[in-house]
Amino acid sequence: MRKRLNTTYYLVIFALGIFMLVIIGYYVYDSSVQEKEGFIEADAPIPLEEIENRIENGVHVQTGLVDGEGLNLVIANCTACHSAQLVTQNKADKEGWKNMIVWMQQTQNLWDLGDQEEKILNYLAKYYAPEQAASATFRRPPLKDIEWYDLTEQ
Amino acid sequence: MVIYWLLGENPIIWYLSSIAFESTHMNAFDPAKRRNFLKKASLGSLAALLGTEIVFALPKNYLPVALENDPQTLFGKHKDLILRNNLPWNVESPAHLLDDNVTPDEKMFIRNNGLVPETIDVAAWTLTINGEGVRREKSYTLAELKSKFPRHTYHLVLECGGNGRSEFYPPAEGNQWEVGAVSCAEWTGVRLKDILDDVGIKSNAVYVGYHGADLHLSRDASKEAISRGIPIAKALEEETLLAYQMNGKDIPLVHGHPLRLIASGFPASVSGKWITALSVRDRVHDGEKMAPPSYSIPCDPVQPGTEVPKENMCIIEKMPVKSLITYPKSGAMIKDKTLLSIRGHAWTGETKVSKAEYSIDFGATWTPCRLQQAKNRYAWQDFEAKVSFPQKGYYEVWVKATDNTGESQPMLTPGWNPKGYLNNACHRIAIKVV
Ligand code: HEC
Repeated sequence: MRKRLNTTYYLVIFALGIFMLVIIGYYVYDSSVQEKEGFIEADAPIPLEEIENRIENGVHVQTGLVDGEGLNLVIANCTACHSAQLVTQNKADKEGWKNMIVWMQQTQNLWDLGDQEEKILNYLAKYYAPEQAASATFRRPPLKDIEWYDLTEQ
Repeated sequence: MVIYWLLGENPIIWYLSSIAFESTHMNAFDPAKRRNFLKKASLGSLAALLGTEIVFALPKNYLPVALENDPQTLFGKHKDLILRNNLPWNVESPAHLLDDNVTPDEKMFIRNNGLVPETIDVAAWTLTINGEGVRREKSYTLAELKSKFPRHTYHLVLECGGNGRSEFYPPAEGNQWEVGAVSCAEWTGVRLKDILDDVGIKSNAVYVGYHGADLHLSRDASKEAISRGIPIAKALEEETLLAYQMNGKDIPLVHGHPLRLIASGFPASVSGKWITALSVRDRVHDGEKMAPPSYSIPCDPVQPGTEVPKENMCIIEKMPVKSLITYPKSGAMIKDKTLLSIRGHAWTGETKVSKAEYSIDFGATWTPCRLQQAKNRYAWQDFEAKVSFPQKGYYEVWVKATDNTGESQPMLTPGWNPKGYLNNACHRIAIKVV
């Protein structure tokens, strides 16, 4: 009985020892990977509490993004590398925005957006959707409603 | 609160993290520390446990939004240049500011893919030539480049592959350039072919890729912002330079000081800035932004809006014939019965522009302009004309150039492509005769 208690005791000590070693290891590793002063990688979104959220005329003043549901997520995730001007000058449907995000994830270090992706996509597809190519804005809009057929007799 | 939200409900994580915070003297509310903690966490299983919550890791002193800056103070640009993006810098010129035969620095567009290098050590700068296609790797200092090889000067057009993108429908993503992402400056440097001769290239060489000192937007030092290149035949052309001067002076920082590859006739993205190395490749270079959809178009024409698989995309290797009316500025009102002088430039990725014409009746009739010879291949050619109008009213003056292959500019936006490249539609200006 006493022996068993002892074993348990030693096991706990041993486990704690290992754990402390791991923590110390972390600490040493941490100091060695400390980034140089002034060099901050954009490898994560901007914290929400650091975002100034002044809205004027339905537009977020600092970024020029339209106010709407998901605005903060877009600021946090989409202005860490480039300015929001790259977002606001583009227009696409949801699939188009998804494609851009996938391209940035595959080639430009954009992180996984997890379950926030859906909210971000909804925001982008709603506020930065392509305008209809109206005849008023296009001299000759692309052909629409094409009914494809095989031409046999010539 | 934030901590709770970061760590969720798993008691093991709470336990681990409280110990971690204490034993490393971390202040839970110091963002940088918290971020480091999360970085460590991401090394192990915590990442999986935390899942997407990791997204709120906090870089210290992070600038949430790019500082307000302007290209006048930073780069001495003309105040009327159009800002497309301030991080990275993307700035274009309105058509009427491109009137000079040789584009001055202050009116030259900026297309950056990454961050402008902060320090340039000219004395220590070296150019290294490496890759599968060289006999042996070789490096040169700037001084060696300048003293060892003959110096050449050419007027060379640089045009962004996406110039004119804003006119495509459905919209194509990227900077929404109108007409001014183009320039023709005087570039001075050494021929790439002279350097390659000196290094010695092998018969397996097919492509030359560049490497520059600019940092990727994510500031990940192991990642290049852009590393494109040219086929070996282009590299061996006489006008392909490693330039160290623009318009008779050191190249301005934002345009690639101290060394820039210039390969006119291709999209300007192959004319890499801040060059530190060139890789002579035994295959098509596979650096950043060589892969489709970047700087590629569908190999076969597609219906607007089509999603094109990567394998059906082809790298752009030639800029099409194009022209720009640089005088007068659109919107000019003139008196009835007066002649209007127009002028501008025409250029092509082929050998030369052979004809420039204007129309004031939406293309029903065309009248030739006077066209100057090019200073050298890939320089733009000035055109001018005196235009008379039959009666008062609203007019558009359209200009169309034709090159030596017989190819000319479409009046409509040409074939749609996913990234909106190669829009060489005719430029036009509005004129009112009153
Ligand atoms: C990790 C860095 C990073 C983050 C974060 C990021 N991007 Fe990007 N993004 C890039 C880079 C690099 C480019 C290319 C820039 C260039 O060529 O000028 C780019 C380009 C773009 C473009 C232009 C697309 C094109 O084809 O040129 C759009 C639109 C865009 N980003 C939107 C977003 C949105 C929306 C988000 C948020 C979900 C986001 N970005 C977050 C790195 C990032």
